[in-house]
Amino acid sequence: MSNIGTYEARLKDFNWNMSSEAIGYGKDGHHNIGYFCSDRICEMGHGEKVALVWEGFTGDVKRFTYDDLRAYSNSFATMLRYTGLRPGDRICIFMDRIPELYISFVGILKMGGIAQPLYSAFGEEALQMRLEDAKTRAILTTRKHLGKVRRIRSSLPELAHVVIVDAGDKPLEPSELGFVMEKAPRVDKIEIAEVGPETPSVLHYTSGTTGKPKGALHVHSSIVAQYITTKWVLDLHTDDIYWCTADPGWVTGTSYGIIGPWANGITQVVLDAGFSAHKWYAFIEKHKVTVWYSAPTAIRLLMKEGFDPVSRHNLSSLRHLVSVGEPLNAEAVIWSEKAFGRPFHDSYWQTETGSIVISNYPGMKIKPGSMGKSFPGMTATVLNPKTFEPITTAGTVGLIGLKPGWPSMFRAYWNNQQTYDGKFKNGWYISGDRSSIDSEGYFWFVGRDDDVINTAGHLVGPFEIESALLEHPSVAESAAVGKPDPINMEVVKAFIALKPGFDKSDDLTMDIMNFIRKKLSPLAMPQEIEFVTALPKTRSGKIMRRLLRAKEWGEEIGDTSTLESD
Amino acid sequence: MAEDIKKLLVDYVKKEYLDEDSDQVITEDTKLISGGIVDSFSMVSLKLFLEKKFKIKIPDEKATPEAFDSVNSIINLLRECAAL
Repeated sequence: MSNIGTYEARLKDFNWNMSSEAIGYGKDGHHNIGYFCSDRICEMGHGEKVALVWEGFTGDVKRFTYDDLRAYSNSFATMLRYTGLRPGDRICIFMDRIPELYISFVGILKMGGIAQPLYSAFGEEALQMRLEDAKTRAILTTRKHLGKVRRIRSSLPELAHVVIVDAGDKPLEPSELGFVMEKAPRVDKIEIAEVGPETPSVLHYTSGTTGKPKGALHVHSSIVAQYITTKWVLDLHTDDIYWCTADPGWVTGTSYGIIGPWANGITQVVLDAGFSAHKWYAFIEKHKVTVWYSAPTAIRLLMKEGFDPVSRHNLSSLRHLVSVGEPLNAEAVIWSEKAFGRPFHDSYWQTETGSIVISNYPGMKIKPGSMGKSFPGMTATVLNPKTFEPITTAGTVGLIGLKPGWPSMFRAYWNNQQTYDGKFKNGWYISGDRSSIDSEGYFWFVGRDDDVINTAGHLVGPFEIESALLEHPSVAESAAVGKPDPINMEVVKAFIALKPGFDKSDDLTMDIMNFIRKKLSPLAMPQEIEFVTALPKTRSGKIMRRLLRAKEWGEEIGDTSTLESD
Repeated sequence: MAEDIKKLLVDYVKKEYLDEDSDQVITEDTKLISGGIVDSFSMVSLKLFLEKKFKIKIPDEKATPEAFDSVNSIINLLRECAAL
């Protein structure tokens, strides 16, 4: 029997207090996410239960119980306090998916800091921008990434502390601190920072069409939504072994890779390795994964490998499969049912929403290709893009809108009130995604309403890419758009007009690609570059990305009346 | 000749994918993709480098994470594509 029971029944009787009461949110003054993810589980008598099984790419395995999680997160909290960090300070975690990432996240919350995990493949410019914007006070990293941090440090006057969690014997620079979690003294008791439901907890950067990436700020009461959506959408039961493949540098990896599962007292497994179908299946088999939360890009990569690698492994442990990040195409749903004996259930949400808002649920009919239905307690609709009034005709495309006020709704864009206010119109939160709703209430994704590129489930902003391209000595002008890709849904394509004296060539293409990859990230790296003599612009000089994008997607180019003529 | 190619590929990976301060050792068997050294998104620039350097065409269906996962597997891929 699934945790959600019957979706229709839940719609009728749901209110968010059901979740608050289930975990005792606010009881005895407890509001801190860190408490709910560790101490509370131990107080319930489950201290010896395994919280985290971590496997590295060489196959070495580490196990941590909830008591380990409690004590080690206390150690991190103590160390951070010792350095002089205070509640409210932004503390970045910049490392691969090692146990210290997950455990330090809980530690930061316990000392009242604002956890700011960042994707470890970010290049220097991407990292610098996000740390500068947040005025981050400390960064926890590893030797592998320390070079990047050192090279940008002088441009970050607020960055007071660099903590290296695998310091070893190499000499450190001033204000660098080595802290090896498993060698530091276990701290059994600390004063967990007193926070309220609205105290900031996590800061996740997300990309938009214009401007730099924005920090979506979440608060401690987000756990009320993350707990119940984990329980009902991911359907996690006490004995499940759960694998969320998302990196905690992105919101999926924190909401459902740390907070949700640990607040539910679940054993989760983490594989710190790049993608390999054989390795993934071997991992599921070895650890007997029962619930798997992954991304459509990964599923399509597995599809590409076919049924043969599936047949070489015993995947009979798998009980429930859910996907996230981008729409799950119908073929992938159908294929997964053939491959694993059960289909992936698509779930939809955003960095700004903090938790799943529309989904397919256990026991509910899946329509392959559909996002599913709104989570109980959420009011989701599609809005007329001009009036922002709900569209009542089934099948008509509009903007996905959500009624504000769910517990995990972001409370701010860091330092950017104007952009935050612009996300709410006519009493609705505007997601930026377009969809229709059919006569049975199922949502069907159409696309983004803006120029943001969704590649492999991650949003990449064209402005950030174009700004970086302009820093390449050969680039005069550029435009970055998403082009269709059978695996990643979209990948970045850059159109570049070169400066005089530069000629297009494969060498230049590779040079520009690697330049962007190192500056920003592999996700932002153009997978294709087209050299052009000029970019389409409006008469006011604004590059018309949508024309370039429409061409890539084989769509109508629409109104060109503002296009600058040749 | 094979040793020259191995060295070329190892040096390229070190230059393009490792931090200049890195003490990571790269050999012909080091797991590049599954080991998290080369992100799968970065494969396209590596593919372009290989095609240009060795004057071959690598079909998209052969440009898999497994084929790019080590210097040795890349060399096998190059041999396969040269024979096409």
